[in-house]
Amino acid sequence: MIGIGVATFVAALTLLPLGAVFLRAGGWPAFGPGDWDAVVFTVQQALVSALVSCVLAVPVARALARRRFRGRGLLIALMGAPFILPVIVAVLGLVAVFGRSGLVNDVLGALGLPAVTIYGFGGVVLAHVFLNLPLAVRMLLLGWQAIPAERFRLAESLGFGPFALLWHLERPMLRAVLPGVFVVIFVICLTSFAVALTLGGGPRATTVELAIYQAVKFDFDLGRAGLLAAVQFGLCLLTAAVAWRWAAPAAFGAGLGRAVPLPAPGGWRRWGDGLAIALAAAFLLVPLGAVVARGVPGLMALPPTVWEALARSVSVALISGVVTVAAALALALAVARGRFARGLDAVAVLPLATSGLVLGVGLFVMVQPVMIPSRAALPVTVAVNAVLTLPFVYRLLLPQARDMQADYGRLAAALGLRGWARLRWLVLPRLARPMGLGAGISVAFSMGDLGVIALFAGDQGATLPLVVQRLMGAYRMDQAMAAALLLVGVSFALFWALDTWGRRHAAA
Amino acid sequence: MKTSIIAAGVALTATMAAAETPVLTVYAGDYFTSEWGPGPAIESGFEAICACDLQFSTGDLLPRLMLEGANTQADVVIGLTTDVLARARASGMFAPHGQDLSALTLPIAWPDETFIPFNWGHTAFIYDETRMATPPADFAALRILPEGVKVVIQDPRTSISGLALVLWVKAVFGDQAGAFWADLAPHILTVTKDWSESYGLFTDGEADMVLSYTTSPAYHMMAENDLTKKAAIFPEGHYFMAETVGKIAATDQPALADQFIAWVLTQEFQKAIPAANWSLPSALPLDQWPAGWADLPLPEKVLFLSEDEAESMRTAVIEEWRAALSQ
Repeated sequence: MIGIGVATFVAALTLLPLGAVFLRAGGWPAFGPGDWDAVVFTVQQALVSALVSCVLAVPVARALARRRFRGRGLLIALMGAPFILPVIVAVLGLVAVFGRSGLVNDVLGALGLPAVTIYGFGGVVLAHVFLNLPLAVRMLLLGWQAIPAERFRLAESLGFGPFALLWHLERPMLRAVLPGVFVVIFVICLTSFAVALTLGGGPRATTVELAIYQAVKFDFDLGRAGLLAAVQFGLCLLTAAVAWRWAAPAAFGAGLGRAVPLPAPGGWRRWGDGLAIALAAAFLLVPLGAVVARGVPGLMALPPTVWEALARSVSVALISGVVTVAAALALALAVARGRFARGLDAVAVLPLATSGLVLGVGLFVMVQPVMIPSRAALPVTVAVNAVLTLPFVYRLLLPQARDMQADYGRLAAALGLRGWARLRWLVLPRLARPMGLGAGISVAFSMGDLGVIALFAGDQGATLPLVVQRLMGAYRMDQAMAAALLLVGVSFALFWALDTWGRRHAAA
Repeated sequence: MKTSIIAAGVALTATMAAAETPVLTVYAGDYFTSEWGPGPAIESGFEAICACDLQFSTGDLLPRLMLEGANTQADVVIGLTTDVLARARASGMFAPHGQDLSALTLPIAWPDETFIPFNWGHTAFIYDETRMATPPADFAALRILPEGVKVVIQDPRTSISGLALVLWVKAVFGDQAGAFWADLAPHILTVTKDWSESYGLFTDGEADMVLSYTTSPAYHMMAENDLTKKAAIFPEGHYFMAETVGKIAATDQPALADQFIAWVLTQEFQKAIPAANWSLPSALPLDQWPAGWADLPLPEKVLFLSEDEAESMRTAVIEEWRAALSQ
C-alpha cells in the first residue's frame, strides 16, 4: 500500500512538471540547430562511459570483496568520494592530474614521451568513469557480499577452479546486479553537462542537458526544453527496458547469514587483485588528493557565512536522506513481494532521466498559482532531492529485498511477522547494509544538489554549493576551493557515518 | 516569564514596524546579495534614505520573470545584462524609468527609456605575464598564436560572456568571423559552461589566456596585490557589456521604485560599484573613480551592436561559432 503511494508520488513529481512545461509553452515544440548532434553525442558518451565503468568495476569489486588488508574499510569509503564532488571541483582535480600541466604529463615529459591531452571524447569518458566507478564498485561489492558464504565453501570443497567459480557463482550474481549498475551510470552520464563540455573540449561535446539549459535560461523556449527532456526520458526508459530484460535473479537461496570471509585464492590471482585495487585507488585518490591540496590553503580564510550555509545544507540533506530511504524501502519491499512489481519498478527508474532544470521549471509553474514559490523552497528542495536520489537507493535495496523475500518471506508469513515487528526483526537486519549505503549516497547527493530550485531561491539563505559558486564568481578561487573541500569533507563524513551504521547493523 | 514578555513585546513592535514600513522587492542576479557582491552595500545605503525595507530576491532573472508574468513580486529588477534586454523589453513587463540620463559616463550613447546601466565593462582576453611574455597585440596576432598557446573561453549558448565574445568577433570580423574561429580553434583549450570554470582553469595554470573582462586585473591588483594578470588590449576595439536596472510596470511601490532607480545614478551608489562588483561605474567621471581604478588599462575603442542587431544575429553567430569549433 505504502509502496503504491510512493510510486504514485514519484510518478506525479516526475511527469506532471514535464506536462506543465509543455502546457505553459503552448504550440508545437521543435528542435533547435544541433540538437540531434547533441542527442547522438549524449548517447555515445553515456554508453561508453557506462560500459567502461562496469567493466573496470568487476575486477576491483571482486578484489575488494575477497581480500582483507589494513585500511580496506577506509579505502572503500574514500573511493566513494568522487561521486559526491561538485562538478567544477572534480574537473579541476582531474585537470591537476591529467591536464596540460598535470602530474601525468609532467611524468611523461620527464621520460621524454609525448604529452597526452584530456580534452576530447576520451576526457569525457575519463571524467565519467572517475565519477561513477566508485558507485559501480560499491553496488557490485554489495552483490558479492550477498552471495551466501556457504556457496563459496561448497564450491571450494567441490574443487572449483577460478573459471568454474566465475561461471557458477559470480556470473549469476553479475547478471542480476550489473544491468542495474549499467542503467544507473548510463543515465547519470546521459544528464551530464558541464563535465562533458569542459573535458570534451568544446561544442562537439554538447549534451542534451546543455541544450535544455540553453532553451530554459537563454532562449526561454520551454517547448524545446520539454521536448529535449522527453527525449531524455525516452532514452532512459529504453535502456532500462533492455537492461531489465537481460537481467535475471541470481537465486542462490538462503545462507546462514554468518560473516564468513570469502575464499581468497593465492598465486597470480592474489597479485591480480592487488593490482586492480592499487590501480583503482590511484586513479580515484590522486585527483582527490589534488582537490584536498587545492582547498587546504584557503580553509583558514573562510568567511562565517560558509558555516551557516554548511548548517543549512546538512539539515536539508539529512531530511532528504531520511525521506529517500523510507520511500525507497517501501518501494523495494512492495516490488519484492511481487505486487504490481513491473509497474512499480518502471516508476522507480523515471526520476533518473529527469532533467533537473525542466523539473524545476515545471514545479515552479505548478506552485506559482497556489503560493509564492520562494515560500515553498524548502519542501520543494526536500521532495526533489528525495525523488531524484530514490532510484539509486531503490537499486541498492531491491536485489537484497528480493533475496530476503525469497528466502524468508514464507517463514515470516508463517510466523505472522508483520508491521513493525517484521521491519525490526527481518527487514532491518537483512537490509541494513544497503540502507546505510543508500542513505549515505542520498545525503551526499542532496548536499551537492544545486540548480533544480534556482527559480525558487528567494530571501532564504544560501546553501554551501551556492556559496562555492558565488565565491568563484567573485574571483575568490582559493576560498571557493576551500569551501568546496569543506562540502566534500562533510558530505563524505555523513556518507561514512551512515554507511558504517549500515555495516554495523547488518546481520551478515 | 519576564523574558518571554519582553520577547513578545519585541516581536510585536517588529510586526508593527513591518506593517508600517513599505517593502521594495528587488530581483537580483544570484551573485548579488552575497557578502562579496554589491547587494549588502546597496541595501544599507538605500534603506538609510528611503524609510523602507529593501528586500532582495535572488536567482534566475529573466526566466523567472517570464514564468511569473503578471504575478511577479518584483518592483525593480537589477542585473539584467545588455544581451537579454531585447527579450526583457519584449516581455512588456517594464515601465519607462523617467530619469534624466545626463549623468551617465558610458563610452557609448545610451538613449534607452526603460533600462539604465548601473555598471559596465568590456570583454577581454586575460593573460599572466609570468607565463606569457608577449601577448597578442591585436586580433590579427590572436589568429596566429604560437604553437601550444591555449585559450579557454565560455560557451555562448550558456554564458553571457561567451555570447558577448561571439558578438565581439562578429563586430570585428563580419563575414570573416567563421574564418577567425577556424584559425583560433586549434588554440582553444576548451569551452566551459560559465565564466568561473574558465577562470579557474586559467588561474590554476591550465590555460595561457582566458576570456574575461578588462576589469579582471583590477581584482588581482587590489585584492591580491598581484600585478601579473593583464588584459590584452586590442586596437580593433572591445565589446561593451553592462548590467542594468529596470522598473516593473505593475509595481505596487512606484514611488519607491523610482527613488531606487534615481539613487542608482548617485555618487554614493556609483562609488561602491567598482570594488563590490569588479566592474566600472556607469555614472561617475573618471577623476572620481576609487583609488587605483583610473590606472586600469582600458581600450580606446569600444564596440557595441545595437540591441536589435545583436538579437537578430544571435542564433546565426552562435551557429557559426558552433560549426567552426565542431570541425
